Amino acid sequence: MSEVRLRGVSKAFGLLQAVRDVSLDIDRGELMAVLGPSGCGKTTLLRTIAGFERPDAGCVVVSGEVVAGPGRFLPPERRRIGMVFQDYALFPHLTVAGNVAFGLANRPRGEREALTRRTLELVGLQHKTERHPHELSGGERQRVALARALAPEPALVLLDEPFSSLDATLRAGLRREVELILRDAEATALLVTHDQEEALSLADRLAVMREGRIVQVGAPEEVYVRPASRWAAQFVGEVNILAGVARGTGVETELGIFDLHAPASGTVHVAVRPEQLELRADREANAEVIDREFRGHDVLYRLRHEAGRVVLVQLPSLELYEVGERVFVRPAPAAVTTLVD
Amino acid sequence: MKSDGIDAWGILTVLCAAAVAAPLIGLPLSFAVAPGGLSEFSGLVPEAVAATAVLLGGVGAGTLLVGTALAALVTFCDFPGRGWIEWALVLPLAMPGYVFTLFALGLDVPGIRSPLGAVVVFTLVLYPYVYLLARAAFLAQSRTLLEAARGLGLSRRVAIARVGLPLARPAILGGVALALMEALADFGTVNLLGVRTFTDAIYRVWFIAFDRDAAMQLATLLVSVTLTLVVLERLARGRARYQQLAARGDVPPPMPLTGAAAVAAVIGPLALVAVVVAAPLAQLAVWSVESIRDGLLSPEFGTAVGNSVLLASMSAVLIPLAAVVLAYGARASRSGLAAASARTATIGYGLPGSVVAVAVIVPLGWIERRIDGIAGTGLLLTGTVIGLFYAYFLRFLALAWGAVEAGIVRIPRQLDEAARGLGADRLDVLARVHVPLIHAGLATAALLVFVEVMKELPATLLLRPLGGDTLAIAVWQATTESLFETAALPALLIVLVGLLPVAVMIRLSGRRGAELEAAQVAGAWAEELEGPEEREVRSGAPIVRA
Repeated sequence: MSEVRLRGVSKAFGLLQAVRDVSLDIDRGELMAVLGPSGCGKTTLLRTIAGFERPDAGCVVVSGEVVAGPGRFLPPERRRIGMVFQDYALFPHLTVAGNVAFGLANRPRGEREALTRRTLELVGLQHKTERHPHELSGGERQRVALARALAPEPALVLLDEPFSSLDATLRAGLRREVELILRDAEATALLVTHDQEEALSLADRLAVMREGRIVQVGAPEEVYVRPASRWAAQFVGEVNILAGVARGTGVETELGIFDLHAPASGTVHVAVRPEQLELRADREANAEVIDREFRGHDVLYRLRHEAGRVVLVQLPSLELYEVGERVFVRPAPAAVTTLVD
Repeated sequence: MKSDGIDAWGILTVLCAAAVAAPLIGLPLSFAVAPGGLSEFSGLVPEAVAATAVLLGGVGAGTLLVGTALAALVTFCDFPGRGWIEWALVLPLAMPGYVFTLFALGLDVPGIRSPLGAVVVFTLVLYPYVYLLARAAFLAQSRTLLEAARGLGLSRRVAIARVGLPLARPAILGGVALALMEALADFGTVNLLGVRTFTDAIYRVWFIAFDRDAAMQLATLLVSVTLTLVVLERLARGRARYQQLAARGDVPPPMPLTGAAAVAAVIGPLALVAVVVAAPLAQLAVWSVESIRDGLLSPEFGTAVGNSVLLASMSAVLIPLAAVVLAYGARASRSGLAAASARTATIGYGLPGSVVAVAVIVPLGWIERRIDGIAGTGLLLTGTVIGLFYAYFLRFLALAWGAVEAGIVRIPRQLDEAARGLGADRLDVLARVHVPLIHAGLATAALLVFVEVMKELPATLLLRPLGGDTLAIAVWQATTESLFETAALPALLIVLVGLLPVAVMIRLSGRRGAELEAAQVAGAWAEELEGPEEREVRSGAPIVRA
């Protein structure tokens, strides 16, 4: 049975419907990410689960206990939910150990100390227990925030944009670190982010949210490869939306014939990822390179196709094409695409 | 934001506010209860209006001139010793008007027992309000504005006059309004100098004629003048903030003074501080020694010290505590009603002590008679220290609230939520997160309340239980009987205690890292010196990011 269940959760602020009829299940030990643009209601959803907002409708069940539902509202302090805030919200007057032990006030002293020590070891800060938050680096503060949330052994850990206040160079490393800590602790976690790379690389499953609704739930590769809608395709990663005519398991577009995940027929649109196309320098060119974004391990080209549209193509950086070069663009072998609205 | 309706914290806040507001709302009702109440004292009102008008006009002009001139001198000019003269000029804040009056009367300064004498005394002890606010406003001006004026062909002096001063006008007017509120609230000075203002009239109607309705009606009239000043001050502050938002930091370099000008710039302020603070302290010390030597000390001196310390300590514990409940309650309950209540609960500050005393006595007397009817407890409230505490509570809650709230608004809400998520209920959040984070503000609040209660005269005079003389009463009593030596030692103690918060403010302002606490002390000093809105704007940097 799932550890956390949301059923029909809605929350409005005045006329603004922030969360609309959201249902979601999170399994024990699972790392779930809610991905959506800013203002989509994901933070409100998180705060509703934590108990800082009272849902207008629906219910929230944590470890089999209804924490919010019709006629029932458990205050945040009784929910067994840990939270890591965007800018960590560490208590500035307490040391690292004091912060981590904050949620253990009701435990016997020995247990409290053992849990604090064990959690600090888990996040690798056992040598900084007596420091104050302002003496720590951004990454260390984040690990303290995580340790503080994990120490009371909550049923669920919520992370609100946990990497957004770190600079880009730190982010990737910390992301992996946080994932390992969460997995070590066997924690059930829900992470909210607008960063698709973060969600894709970190989560076991992700829920894509738009205007208060969850539009797709699935494993990262599934959401990426089979987006549920044109919007989801465009929000999660870069994409070319091509018109075409479907015949069975193939679709014919102006760039060539692609395979389809599911048979279809008639006029359709398909989502083609930039890496599902390939280029060739050829005399019979059908496109011109108009922009090149070099990203180290790969390159993103922007082409103008002879039919007039702009096409994105991503290739390994082994072979480079120059801006202005005429090229032939075509489907990569085994490029399987999905129909979108 | 959202509103979850009212909860326990909200209710507590609302009750607190009701306890403050109810007696004040009751004041104007006295006109309905006894419509002809004042007719017996028909001479009093015109006399009080005239004396009060003269006082307001004189003190307004005096503090405006002295305060602004001194502030301009220390911000726009440079001269030897500027750094500490800047702060020495704040010292008169520690000198209560009636103590300076005792000094002046003891020296038999000619013409002091007149409206003009009162104007001079008030100007000397109240100019720091204008000085502090004007100085802050000048410091907040950007040099680019003054430089732009210079670039348009104005000399430095003219640029200050045509750009610097007008920009600081709202702040200066705010300072004048505060000084006038203090002058209006004063009882000791005007009573000792025989100037028959409203506070003096209230005292006479109350104590000599025992007419409570007439006293309440006079108090109502006085409150309306005070509230007008409060409104003026708020308006001025709003504009001051607006005008200064664009310009911060970047202080224009001061112009060095040389020769005679430099000598005058050093001697002038020093002479002022010598007259207002040093000379009275020295004279009081001499008289104190004489009074001890000659056995002139009042036999009740020991009791008065005990009473003062007891009242001030209890107030210093209980009133900041109430302020914490109020400030935290408004924050935690997140209901609009609670927030409005917190604001309401702070209206008592500008009100004269005599008004507050008159306002609380009637409702307390009414409750007391009901309780007496049931339990036979007699004068349970008005005959004991409870009534006096209630008056202190009304009058000084805003003072403590200012210091406490300045700290609490700086605490990011996420800290509350982080604590809640870790299993802390709201009382835990207060005890384990807020109180440790605002301990400097709490200490400030306690210190300020302690000092103010030590100095408080009119409410104490009207509400003290039998045998409940305090140091302030002892000073006033002895001075009315021209027993200046007897008055000296209690007066000296009051001034020395009053120097504590000024010293803290000065010490903290010298340390760059302690800006937060300094702001809390300075901001809370007169509660209004930096209104809560102003503080929020300035406290943009959250304290977690040290």
